[in-house]
Amino acid sequence: MSIIVKPIVTYKGVHKNFGDVEVLKGIDLNIAPGEKVAIIGPSGSGKTTIIRLLMTLEEPSAGDIYVEGNNLWKMQRGNKMVRANEKHLRKIRSDIGMVFQHFNLFPHMTVLENCVISPVEVQGIDKQTAKKLAMEMLEKVGLKDKLDKYPDQLSGGQKQRVAMARALVMKPKVMLFDEVTSALDPELVGEVLEVIRDLAEEGEMAMILVTHEMDFALDVADRVLFLDKGVIAERGTAKEVIEESKNERLQEFLKRFRS
Amino acid sequence: MSNWKWDVFYDAFPYIIKGLWITAGLTIASFVFALVFGFVWTFLRRVPFKPFQWIVVWVMEFIRSTPPLVQLFFIYYAFPQIPVIGMTLSPFVSGMIGLGVHFSTYISEVYRSGIEGVDQGQSEASTALNFSTYKKWTKIILPQAIPPTIPMLGNYLIIMFKEVPLASTIGVIGILQLANNYGAKTWDYVEPLTIVAMLFLLLSYPSAILIKKLENKMNRNFDKNKMLKETN
Repeated sequence: MSIIVKPIVTYKGVHKNFGDVEVLKGIDLNIAPGEKVAIIGPSGSGKTTIIRLLMTLEEPSAGDIYVEGNNLWKMQRGNKMVRANEKHLRKIRSDIGMVFQHFNLFPHMTVLENCVISPVEVQGIDKQTAKKLAMEMLEKVGLKDKLDKYPDQLSGGQKQRVAMARALVMKPKVMLFDEVTSALDPELVGEVLEVIRDLAEEGEMAMILVTHEMDFALDVADRVLFLDKGVIAERGTAKEVIEESKNERLQEFLKRFRS
Repeated sequence: MSNWKWDVFYDAFPYIIKGLWITAGLTIASFVFALVFGFVWTFLRRVPFKPFQWIVVWVMEFIRSTPPLVQLFFIYYAFPQIPVIGMTLSPFVSGMIGLGVHFSTYISEVYRSGIEGVDQGQSEASTALNFSTYKKWTKIILPQAIPPTIPMLGNYLIIMFKEVPLASTIGVIGILQLANNYGAKTWDYVEPLTIVAMLFLLLSYPSAILIKKLENKMNRNFDKNKMLKETN
């Protein structure tokens, strides 16, 4: 991109250890508003950890993450930077949404309730407005006729689409997708990717997709990162990374997926 | 050897049944106390500071490993003699606190199993949707954690009901104490104590069946959900 834009998300030298295992070994990354980034790589390479750090589900061992210029995990107290408290995290977290591999829908609530609860309980929006918003999003994912169903009554693909509607209702500026098709039966993958593609075309929301769907990544992403052993081993446009890269590890990885 | 005397039975029955309110009342009061206090333990154990957690676990273990009768005596006889915080409590209140605290440590374990049964992903989804910690617990975690524990809690209600006569030792006049009084007056013990046993059976057996039914119903729901999941 030739125009210089202020990044919406920045990683600076981010490390993450789980016990003795170093999962991320220095991640530097800028993401522009509205940009679609796909993260690919072998399992155990730390792809999921990258987005879990941004969603505040894990805390970095070293380095900083910024959202719109604000340090996510640290805050100013006096003239010192200290570990962020819950209030600070909640403020910054409101710009970020996430869709999980295993959906994590609330099983004790209907589809509509799943989508209404967060705007009402978290943002303090009144129930009627929240309901309208939820219906709008459920229509977008093609599930307007399932409002009163419980998650257990839905197929995997439907569940994942509800999960997307639930996240969209909060109007995040950055949406994280954590291998959202990996837990689905092959015939249900298409309907979920379809919805993501529609969202990508709308454009205004930045998206970070951790995925194993290479063709999909090529199709949707502005940029692809190949993560290997905790570092970003290759980055560039989808075409550059997936079709033109000379990186041996990447070639090997792609071969396994293309067979 | 005395023979069964129906006239004694009819005479003792109305006298003893007056104590049922006290016995049932103390059961309910100490059960509610245990339900609430069980929550306190559960949350104290989750305070993210290891030494504090160890202390809490140790205190719970201490309460669980000492006989409830000793605890009742301590609260009723010894507590008033402790400087500063000590005060005299009525037999009923002492019984409620003693049994309530004792069983709260068990009930806290029930809660814990319920909470651990809720998938970790539920907590993560709440974070991703920016729930406050309080809302996460009240709207997402506890509504899923508590219903499956209801049969277990019911079992503790019945167990506590059967432990309540312990409180007669500190002067709570329930059905057992009344039966004993009746016996002391008339030297007829067989009929009054049979009445006591009968009353306990009459109340706890149907409750046990009710809880069993509840448990089956919950299991069925669970199986149904599981089947639905597998067909997807």
